[in-house]
Amino acid sequence: MTSFLIDQWWLVVVVVGSVVPLAREFAAHGIEETLRSLDRRWIFVLMFWAVLLPIYYIGVTGQTFPEVPSLLARATFDEIERLREGDAVLMAFDYDPPTEGELGPMATAFTKHAAAKKLKMYFMALVPVGPQMIDNTIDKVIKADYPTLVYGQDYVNLGYKSGNEGVIKVVVTNLRELYTTDARGTALRDLPMMRGIDNIQQMKLIINVSGAYPGTKEWVQYATTPFPALHLVAGCTGVQAPLLYPYIPSQLSGLLGAIKGAAEYEKLVVDKYAGPNPDPKYLEGLRRMGPQLVAHLLIIALIVVANVLQLRDRRRGALR
Amino acid sequence: MKRQTLVWTLVMLLGGGALIWRSAFTSPGMGREYLRVVTSADGRSTQYESATYGDFRRAVTADPTQTAVRLSLSRTVGLWLAAFFTLAIFSFLYRDNPLYKVAEAMLIGVSAAYWMVVGFWEVIVPNLLGKLAPLMIKAWAMPGLSGPEAARDLTYAVPFVLGIMLLWGLMPRGAWISRWPLAFIIGTTAGLRLIAFLHGDFLAQIRNTILPLAVLNQGAFDPWQSLRNVIIVGGVLCCLTYFFFSFEHKGIVGKAARVGIWILMITFGASFGYTVMGRIALLAIRLEFLLDNWLWLIDPTRQRMLG
Repeated sequence: MTSFLIDQWWLVVVVVGSVVPLAREFAAHGIEETLRSLDRRWIFVLMFWAVLLPIYYIGVTGQTFPEVPSLLARATFDEIERLREGDAVLMAFDYDPPTEGELGPMATAFTKHAAAKKLKMYFMALVPVGPQMIDNTIDKVIKADYPTLVYGQDYVNLGYKSGNEGVIKVVVTNLRELYTTDARGTALRDLPMMRGIDNIQQMKLIINVSGAYPGTKEWVQYATTPFPALHLVAGCTGVQAPLLYPYIPSQLSGLLGAIKGAAEYEKLVVDKYAGPNPDPKYLEGLRRMGPQLVAHLLIIALIVVANVLQLRDRRRGALR
Repeated sequence: MKRQTLVWTLVMLLGGGALIWRSAFTSPGMGREYLRVVTSADGRSTQYESATYGDFRRAVTADPTQTAVRLSLSRTVGLWLAAFFTLAIFSFLYRDNPLYKVAEAMLIGVSAAYWMVVGFWEVIVPNLLGKLAPLMIKAWAMPGLSGPEAARDLTYAVPFVLGIMLLWGLMPRGAWISRWPLAFIIGTTAGLRLIAFLHGDFLAQIRNTILPLAVLNQGAFDPWQSLRNVIIVGGVLCCLTYFFFSFEHKGIVGKAARVGIWILMITFGASFGYTVMGRIALLAIRLEFLLDNWLWLIDPTRQRMLG
């Protein structure tokens, strides 16, 4: 750490320089008084550094924090592990750039896991920018590391259809009612892996990456609840996660909640399938846990400080 | 000039100067995008794939005259625009300003246009026009349309007519016509959702809460699973009691309702914690983009390394 700080002296100067005015406020008005009237923009500055500095440190040193997979991450991993080579999986990538930070690592890890197990991957999206997210993941994982997998035989991008949950309602019984071609405009009958696939009940597993609406909740309501033989695992944003826990395990076999879930699942996939020196692109979730740690510590510290001040005020009767 | 304006002007000038210095006078510089030109085997089509600075350096080292991997001016401009708009949006944290307004307006305009174009080409053309006039659509827009999916289906005339009726709302006269398809949309959506919530949430959640309070695992008592089930069942009952207003919240009912409030508070706290985690992740990826893709200060995915 010391050598890092010496090497990156300019960063230390910038960080210290940016908080000098705050230090002067503390010196001039006292810590308690300054905290009572703290401009919210100082919290933004502190949060900025709390997130940026770990990113920079991890980016320069390549170190990541250790991660212990939780039961839910393991359940998600095991649900894919039980599948056999050639089994069909629906990869429903219902997210777009605003949630890429949380969900991109999950999508990468899911695709890596499915490709390593040689599953037949049927990609689709219920959000307009979903096909681009799918293409990015295909380029990043399948084309780069699994060049033997052939489009149309091992994986296909069915693209986007509007209609939200209506699409799920239809494709669960009749896929071809909505999908006449894939995202490239190729007729479904010209794609070998689409032969015999009439609806998504034929999938061995649905893997959903859910940004908001429509997402995992809709897949639960319109796919796995009316058709209990269908199994679903999902990765979702932090905002959605508490709403999805009640569905576990009967309606939802596994859930990765936010970047923490992504990092845990990533660890399981990397340990089993990426060898001793994994490609850094498969460690995105693990890398992003560094800023999470420091930013959470800052938030906890701010909550504690604010509550201490509040309690002191109450004790002094200032609020009465 | 006010002191604050002076400080910000200095910060902007210093920042701009640092960017110019880093991109022009340092090696490897910053903020450049590369592409790889891939020509098909028959030489009839060319594709442009993303490449990295590392790919470029390797290609130049192998053959200094090569042009297959090259700098992409359009993608580089796109990268700088993305960085500019990221900073413009961040600037709102200081206070509202014209740069933020420009970025906001740009986002809304591009999103609306994108949704419209995608909706037309991904839904209206293949799923409506392609069903009503498959031969015309095949000749015009979808050469891949064939097989049973290409068969004419005149029942799609109904959504076609309903769609026109919906758009009639924009006309100066007869706007009431749009109420009919609107009523159809509201009715079907309400019906679909009612069934889904009853089936997927209400009934399924009741079923999921009917749990054994004493769990036997291979004939032996499982204390942890039993405790878990007791907490789930007890928690649900206490929360329901809190929302039960037919009795005054006194005595045993009052105590159960109080436990219910605590459980609700813990749930809200967990929800808030998850939201914070999500928002930090979003900030992290933007900062990662600025430091890695734009400024080239870090290289976590080893995109710019030669080895």
